Amino acid sequence: MEGHSQYTPKSGFARWLERRLPILSFMHDSFVAYPTPKNLNYMWVFGAILSFMLVAQIVTGVVLAMHYTPETTLAFDSVEKIMRDVNWGPILRYAHANGASMFFLAVYIHIFRGMYYGSYKEPREVLWILGVIIFMLMMATGFLGYVLPWGQMSFWAATVITNLFSAIPVVGTSITTWLLGGYSVDNPTLNRFYALHYLVPFIIVAIVILHVWALHVTGQNNPSGVEVKNIKKETVPFTPYATLKDSVGIVAFLVVYSWLTFFVPNYLGHPDNYIEANPLVTPPHIVPEWYFLPFYAILRAIPNKLLGVIALFLSILITAALPWLDTSKVKSASYRPMFRKEFWLFLAVCVGLGYLGAQPAEGAYLWFARVFSAYYFLHFLVILPLLGKIEKPEPVPESIEASIVRGETSHV
Amino acid sequence: MSEAQRISRLLIASMKRRALIPVAIAATMLLLAPAWAQEETPPSVTDQGAEPADKAAEPSAKEGDNAAAPPPKEAETLAAPPSTEKETAHESARHEQKPKRFDWSFAGAFGRYDKAQLRRGFKVYKEVCSSCHSIKMLAFRNLSQPGGPEFSEKEVEALAASYKVKDGPNQAGEYFDRPARPSDRFPPPFANEQAARAALAGNYPPDMSVLAKARGYSRGFPLFLFDVLPGFSYQEHGVDYIVSLMEGYEDTPPDVKLPDGQFYDPYMPGRRIGMPPPLSDGVVTYDDGAPQTIDQYAKDVSAFMMWVAEPHLESRKRVGLGVIAFLLVFVGLLYYTKRKIWTDVPH
Repeated sequence: MEGHSQYTPKSGFARWLERRLPILSFMHDSFVAYPTPKNLNYMWVFGAILSFMLVAQIVTGVVLAMHYTPETTLAFDSVEKIMRDVNWGPILRYAHANGASMFFLAVYIHIFRGMYYGSYKEPREVLWILGVIIFMLMMATGFLGYVLPWGQMSFWAATVITNLFSAIPVVGTSITTWLLGGYSVDNPTLNRFYALHYLVPFIIVAIVILHVWALHVTGQNNPSGVEVKNIKKETVPFTPYATLKDSVGIVAFLVVYSWLTFFVPNYLGHPDNYIEANPLVTPPHIVPEWYFLPFYAILRAIPNKLLGVIALFLSILITAALPWLDTSKVKSASYRPMFRKEFWLFLAVCVGLGYLGAQPAEGAYLWFARVFSAYYFLHFLVILPLLGKIEKPEPVPESIEASIVRGETSHV
Repeated sequence: MSEAQRISRLLIASMKRRALIPVAIAATMLLLAPAWAQEETPPSVTDQGAEPADKAAEPSAKEGDNAAAPPPKEAETLAAPPSTEKETAHESARHEQKPKRFDWSFAGAFGRYDKAQLRRGFKVYKEVCSSCHSIKMLAFRNLSQPGGPEFSEKEVEALAASYKVKDGPNQAGEYFDRPARPSDRFPPPFANEQAARAALAGNYPPDMSVLAKARGYSRGFPLFLFDVLPGFSYQEHGVDYIVSLMEGYEDTPPDVKLPDGQFYDPYMPGRRIGMPPPLSDGVVTYDDGAPQTIDQYAKDVSAFMMWVAEPHLESRKRVGLGVIAFLLVFVGLLYYTKRKIWTDVPH
C-alpha cells in the first residue's frame, strides 16, 4: 500500500544492518508505519489475538513436551505427572488445553467477521484462501493434540477420525493403516501424532506469515467495505493506533482465557478423558472437542459413510470458494439488507449444528442435523450466488471518510 | 425505510457498540436464571466452615430437606422436551438419576480445601476404600504438601513406614519388600487387574487417583451454559456424582432383576453396581467430633478424592485471582490510553 520505506535508520549499527539486510525497515513498515483504516471496529482485533494465541500455544506446548512421554503405557501417567510434580505444571497444561479452545473461539469470530464484512472479496481472495488453509491446519493440530493425553476420548476420537479415511473406495483401508502405522490406534499412532502435533504449528507459523504478507499488500478491509482512497486522510499508522487497540483486545481476551484456565479448566473437556485409554471399552458417547461439533454433526447427518465424509471435507473446503460464490459487488453487510439478515440465520445454523453435534445422532436431533446441514450448503451454493443478483444494496458511502461523517462507525 | 429495516439497522448499529454484547448476554442469562434457580439449587447440605459441634447438630434436619426435594429425573440427553409424567416414568426406568448437588468448600473462585475434611476423607479412604481401590498416583509425601491435608512430615514418615512396598532387584538379584518412604506412592491392594477380578467376583474397582475428574454428568441446555460463568461456575459434577452414588443405594425394585453380586443404585449408569454399599454409620471413628454418618463419610472421602485428582487446586486459584486482578487493571489502563491516543482522530 506504500511506496518506498519512510524508515531512516538512526544509529550507526542500524545503518550498517540496513544496507545488508533491510529487516529493520521491513519491521518498521509492517508494524509501525503500516496504514490501517481509521474506522476499524473491535472485530478487527482478532487477528492480533490469534497471533498472540499461536505464540502462547507454542510456548506452553514446548514446555509441556519436555515432560510428556508419547508411549501408550506411559502417556496418561506422564500427563498426570505434569499435573502433580512439575513446577507450574497444572497451569501450563490447563493453559494449553484451554488455549486451544480460545484459539478456535478467536478464529471463528475472525472468520465470521470476514464473512459479515465481505473481507474475502477482490482483491483479498488469496488472503482468504491462506486463512482457510490455516484453519484446516489448526483443526489437524487440535485433533492430534487431543489424542496425546491418551484418555478414553483421545483414543476413540483417533479411532473414529482415522476410520473416516477407510470410506475412500479401493485404497481407503490401506490409507487408514498407513495413517495409523498399524491396524488399530496404538503406539505407532501415538508416536506419529506427537511428532506431527509438534510439527504442524510451525507450518501454521509459515502460512500465517504469508497471510500477513498478503494482508499488507492489499491492506485491511474495513466496516464500510470501501477501499482506502486517500492514505493520508483515511488511515492511521499501525503504531500507536492499532497497537494500542489490539492490546486492549488481547488483554480483554486474556481475562476470559485466564478465567477458563484458572477457575473452570475442565469445563470444555470431557470427564472420560481422565480415564486411561482402553481399546476394549467403548464410551457410550464419543464426542469431539466443541470446536469440531458443527462438522461432526454434518458428518453424522448423512447416512452413507462415504458421502458423510465427503460432506465433512466439503463443508470446510467450500469456504475457500467464497470469493466466487458471493456474487454481490458490495462488500460490507452494512449495505446489504437481505444478506445482513441471512448472515445471522447462517450463524444460528452453525451454532445449532454445534449443539446437535454433541447430541446422540437419533430421532429429532438427527432430522434437525439434516435440515441444518442442508441449509449450510444451501447458504454457500444457492443463497449467496442468488442474493448478489436479486438484492438491492443500500447506498454505499463514497469513501471511508464519508462513512465516518455519516456516523456509521464505532466510537468506543 | 420500513420499520423492519430500521430495527435491523438499529440492531447492527448497537452490535457495533461492542459494550452492548455482554449486556445482552447478561440480560439473557438473567431471564433464564429463574429456571435455573428453581430446578437446580439443591437444599444446602453444608458442613464446611461450621464448627464440629454445629455439624453434629445439623445433618438430620438437612437430610429431611434433601429427601423432600428429590433431584429431577431427566433423560441423560440434553434438552429433552418437557416430558409428560408417563415419559418421565419411562425415562427414569432406563436412565440413571441426575446427582444431587452439595456444597463444597473448594467450589468457586475463592474455594479452598477444608483441611480437617481432607484428613477425615483420607481416614475413610485408608480404612474403607483402600481395601479394593488403588490410588497409585498419590505419594505419601503429597499428604504433607501445602494445599492438602497437610499432615506433618513426621506423621507422613510414620504412615509410610506402616506400608510395605516392593523394591529391587537387590545385589543378589532378588525383589524384596521394604517399609515405604514418603517418596513412594501408595501400594495398590491388588497386584494387577486379574487379581482384583479374581478376588472381587469379577469386578475391577477403578483407581481413585483422578476419579473425581473422570466422573461427571451433563446438566443439559441451557444449564450447562451457566456452569462456566463467574459467580455460577460449577466444576463439582464428579464429587456430587460420587456422593450421590455412595448414599444412593436402594433396595432393588421388584420389577428389576439383577445378577448375583450386583446392587441397585439409581445414580449409576444402568442403575446397577458391582460395589457393595461401602459405608455404614459409625464404621470409621472420627477424632474431631464430626458426625459419623454415611452422609458425612461420603462427602469427606469425595472431598479427599477431589484433592487427590487436583492437588494444586488452591495454588492454581490463588495465582488465578492475582492474574485476573492484574489483567482487569491492565485492560482498564490500556483502554483509557487508547482513548486518549484516538481522541483527535475521527473514526
